[in-house]
Amino acid sequence: MKIHEFQAKGILAKFGVPIPKGEVAETPGQAREIASKIGPRVVVKAQVHAGGRGKGGGVKLANNPEEAEKLADEILGMKLVTHQTGPEGKLVKRVLVEEALDIDRELYIGIVIDRATESPVVMASPEGGMEIEKVAAETPELIFKEYINIATGFRDFQARNLGFKLGLQGNTLKQAVKFLLALYKAFESSDASLAEINPLLITKQGDVLALDAKMNFDDNALARHPEIKNMRDFSEEDELEVEASKFGLNYIKLDGNVGCMVNGAGLAMATMDIIMHSGGMPANFLDVGGGVSEESVKSAFKILVSDKDVKAALVNIFGGIVRCDMVANGIVKAARNLDLKIPMVLRLEGTNVELGKKILEESGLSFSAASSMKEAAEKVVPLAK
Amino acid sequence: MSILIDKNTQVVVQGITGGEGTFHTEKMQEYGTKVVAGVTPGKGGQTHLDVPVFNSVEEAVEQRGANAAVIFVPPFFAADAIMEAAAAGVKLVVCITEGIPTYDMIKVKQFLKDEDCNLIGPNTPGIISPGQCKIGIMPGQIHTPGTIGIISRSGTLTYEAVQQVSLQEFGQSTAIGIGGDPIVGLKYIELLKLFKADENTEAVVLIGEIGGSAEEEAAEYIKKEFPKPVVSFIAGQTAPPGRRMGHAGAIIAGGKGTAKEKMAALEAAGVFVAKSPADMGAMVKKALS
Repeated sequence: MKIHEFQAKGILAKFGVPIPKGEVAETPGQAREIASKIGPRVVVKAQVHAGGRGKGGGVKLANNPEEAEKLADEILGMKLVTHQTGPEGKLVKRVLVEEALDIDRELYIGIVIDRATESPVVMASPEGGMEIEKVAAETPELIFKEYINIATGFRDFQARNLGFKLGLQGNTLKQAVKFLLALYKAFESSDASLAEINPLLITKQGDVLALDAKMNFDDNALARHPEIKNMRDFSEEDELEVEASKFGLNYIKLDGNVGCMVNGAGLAMATMDIIMHSGGMPANFLDVGGGVSEESVKSAFKILVSDKDVKAALVNIFGGIVRCDMVANGIVKAARNLDLKIPMVLRLEGTNVELGKKILEESGLSFSAASSMKEAAEKVVPLAK
Repeated sequence: MSILIDKNTQVVVQGITGGEGTFHTEKMQEYGTKVVAGVTPGKGGQTHLDVPVFNSVEEAVEQRGANAAVIFVPPFFAADAIMEAAAAGVKLVVCITEGIPTYDMIKVKQFLKDEDCNLIGPNTPGIISPGQCKIGIMPGQIHTPGTIGIISRSGTLTYEAVQQVSLQEFGQSTAIGIGGDPIVGLKYIELLKLFKADENTEAVVLIGEIGGSAEEEAAEYIKKEFPKPVVSFIAGQTAPPGRRMGHAGAIIAGGKGTAKEKMAALEAAGVFVAKSPADMGAMVKKALS
């Protein structure tokens, strides 16, 4: 799960990570008030789930409260377009108004879970403000890493090593070590999958602060962090994807026009792939999952057909946990309720497959059956053209 | 022959009295798996599905000689269940549970460093040596005893591969789902080593997917040390970057972990890479001809 910058900073502050003074405004008037309190010079930052906000015109410097009000008025309500939002952009509903600080250096700090070593890794780089993927590709020698032993945690010496490699010294180094340890604590305690400070700011006075902050969380752990779960901003997500998640379905909208509904993530991806190899393009990823119910099959159908780009659909179910007769019942009921108009190719296989086929045949609905994945894909692609 | 499990494997089911545990224990018994014990803390002394239930895995090992465990407990209790089984001396733990927090799994892996225990999963359909033993939730009837080893990060896509292999009239020696999470127990290389040593396995089907670098690491190993033919399919050729495709581990992050990179690495290692998932079975035939 993703959260906004201001929410991430709120979490970090609780763990003692230094952040600039600031507050959230939803109106230009509020932005002016905040600026009078903490300014006069402030930065007005659009709060949307996307990187590259500065380049997109979503981050601006105001010299006084009047300017802050004017800039907030410009940014609030705008559709901010960055390299991460797509051409349609994202509606800005809030701005973070923060004190403007005197920048000496901008650094990079990131914490992620490294899958190869199966441990958290703290990364630091002097190339602050740049995209870390770009730094990793072009100048990998400028990324310093410390791997964490989960039994003993992130040690002082590791934080110091990173600080020295970044060229910090004296009081600034001490502050940076404290910063890193607090950041790691926030990461670990909240089951984060990413904590990224880009840039980490060194002020002209030598102080260390998180100028920007990004945190993502392990969805599997959210149930033990209700305060973080509540931070989810549904308006930042695709409407159909949100709807699907309410039924425990994994749905991702894609660009093609062949809808698919599959049990199991691997088979769902493979079904998308075979649609491509058969000359079509998938309209979505939709995994009805393991512990699927008749109700969730119906919901899956609703979601599938409410995407206007879907011209034909492929249902590919290989029974394991999921019984084919139950799936067949769900399909028949959903098709009747929803008055399905799009052509559909069904491929059922596995547990109780004969029973499932019988239910489909006796339903009187006009489905086209396929006995293999390949046949199903070859049948469905022309139907979508 | 087979790897990890055979007709003598004695299984304890953790979470046997729950809905999933009950349903799949019955299916495993029907398949012929020797389920010798169940564990549900607080329900020790009961009998469930003709199997004695214990309060702890330790008791199940001591009194019933269980040497493999299968876990059907909810996600927040599953890490503890794995560690309990390992501490009780169980040599093979199969964790079916989906949705375990990543941090819990990091702790599990740290714990297992000091134990003589192999973990399969979590978020896996399990492991099956056809005709001998099934520990998991896969449909037993699609499998046939034979000479092809199967290793996969997926569930239902593994069944697809199994069926294709069976239709080509090759059976399976052992089929294993390693799990769809970012952090899992045994991975490709450990299993390839076991298949290398298994005289009955003639070839291996390796099913991968986007995310992480386990396939690339496997390709390195195959190139240097694996003498038997390997067939592979990588799911997610059409998956967009930055999105989690159902499995917690299936994500192209920072441009890394694409199907294209993985397929190229495997091809460079001499693996027969099927571009379409429909060609896995035919590719096995080609690899063995």
